[in-house]
Order: sequence, then structure tokens, then C-alpha cells
Amino acid sequence: MSKTKFVSGFRDGIPIALGYLAVSFGLGISCRAASLTPFQGFLLSLLNNASAGEYGGITIMAADEGFLVMAAMMLVINARYLLMSCALSQHLSPNTPLGFRLLIGFDMTDELFGVAIAQPGYLNVWYFIGAMCAAIPGWSFGTLLGVLCGNLMPQWAVSGFSVMLFGMFLAIIIPEGRKNRVVLGFIGVSFLLSYAAAKLPLVCQLSDGMRILLLTVAISAAAAILFPHKEETAQA
Amino acid sequence: MKTYLYIAVMALTTYAIRVLPLTLIRKPIRSTFLRSFLYYVPYVTLAVMTFPAITTATQSPAAGAAAMVVGILCAWFGLGLLPVSLLCCGTVILLEFFLV
Repeated sequence: MSKTKFVSGFRDGIPIALGYLAVSFGLGISCRAASLTPFQGFLLSLLNNASAGEYGGITIMAADEGFLVMAAMMLVINARYLLMSCALSQHLSPNTPLGFRLLIGFDMTDELFGVAIAQPGYLNVWYFIGAMCAAIPGWSFGTLLGVLCGNLMPQWAVSGFSVMLFGMFLAIIIPEGRKNRVVLGFIGVSFLLSYAAAKLPLVCQLSDGMRILLLTVAISAAAAILFPHKEETAQA
Repeated sequence: MKTYLYIAVMALTTYAIRVLPLTLIRKPIRSTFLRSFLYYVPYVTLAVMTFPAITTATQSPAAGAAAMVVGILCAWFGLGLLPVSLLCCGTVILLEFFLV
């Protein structure tokens, strides 16, 4: 074990944990709206560590659409972790033990992937474990607080906190759109089609989760066919 | 009980996605289509989830829409996850003070 690497990872994990605390509070409010108990909300975040994935999952739980739809939803929404995991596998020393690979895969989030990939050379797994030790409590306890305090808060504060998650989503997608005009265009197309799908007859009768799933697959596949992405290194 | 099963399905599927490439795949994905598809998925799915949902999460749809504009502008000019989230939150609280 490398103590200095662990400490340095933990330190980089603190701002991530603070951001998680605020955002997962909003997720906790969504859990509450879908009638999850505080413990269920805590468990959900402790085991999943995925903002968009958990939000999508909550919509499916709320509508009780079945386990197959849930698994399909997770596969699509969290597909980016597949790419991140592939990318990070190239940054691990080939003789990294299986146990460490199993452990760091548990918390492969956008933010931890970001700090891990920024480390020079092969990733020191203790750095990643240190960052996990800060990030996981921030995420899971933030959700717990959101479910617990959602009803203590006045309506204006609930409204405010529930848009924080969307704010985080925008902060993830817009900077890439600024760098890549194709991404920017497809973000616009996604907004429009998502709005249209929520209003059009027939389509609007689909559940939120199903609409997100179908639109994501269709729009991403169209983008991949029309504008194959050439960059060699994986994007976070 | 069913909620716990849903949480288990979510956790297992998500963990498999994250851990299988780390443990099994030691070479980069070659298919251009698959690479491109995976590259676009996060941006498309987050965009689809944000709008129009952001306008129904608030009491006043106009406040939600304004938060979205503020969020896009702040993210465009380089603010990080936490500042963008907080500014969206502040926009809604401020506007709903007048609108609701």
C-alpha cells in the first residue's frame, strides 16, 4: 500500500465529494418523489454511484416497468462507463491484480475517471482508492439527506435543489459541445426530439424511461453513422 | 421488496458494465461505429434527460427554462459542475420568488 498516493487521491476526492453531496441531495428528492425510503435511497447511491443512471432507474421504478427494461436502461445510460473502463484499462499496469481491478471498477464515475486519467503514467491504484473513500460517502449520504430532508424543506428550496442534477448534466455536456460542433448539434437535436416526444400523440404515452432509452439509442446511432468519431483517445 | 430487487438489478448491470472491460478487455475497441456510438451516448442521453424534464421539476416551467439557459451559458464559459449546479438552483429560487 502506498500511503502518500492514498492521501493524494483522498485530497483530490474531497472537491468531488462536495459536488456529489449537493447533487445527490437533489437525487434524494427524486427518490422521495418515487416513494423510496431513506435507506433505499442510501443503498441505491451506495451501490450504483451513477447520477444519470440512478435518475433513469428511479423513473423506471416509479412506473414499475419490470427488471428487463431496467437492465436495458442501465446498459444504455451507463454505456459510457464501458468506454471509460476500456480507456482506464490501458492506464493500469498489466500486472495489476484482479482484486484491484474489481475494486476500482465499482466507482468508475465521470469525475473519478477524470482525475484518474489525468495521472501521469500507470495509475497507482491507491490513488484511485483514496479518491473513492472521499467520493462514495459524499454521494450516498447526500442522497440519504435528500430523502430525509426533502419534506422538511419549503417548496421553493425543493424546486431549487431539483434542478441541480440537471445543472450538473449541462456542465458535463456543454463543454464537450463547445469543443466539438457535431456534439453541440446533436445536443440541440436531443433537446428538440425529447421535447417533441413528450408532446406528440402515441409517443407521449410511453414512460419517461422508455422515451429516454429509445431516443438515446436512435440519436446516438444516427450520430455514429453520420459522423463517425475519429479521435483515438476515449473521451470522458 | 420489489424496490430492493430493482436496486439489485441496477447495481449488478452497472457494475458489470464498469468492471468487465477493466478485467477482460486489454485491447482498445476497434469498431468505429461502436466507438462513435459510445462516444455520443453520454451527451445525447444527458441532453434528452434534461429537457423538457427541467421545466417540469420546478413549480414554474419558466423558472426551469431560465435555469437551463443559465446552466448552458455558465457551462459554455467554463464553470465546473458545482458552480453550474448552484447557479441553476439559485436562478430557480430567485425567479419562483416572483413567479409563484
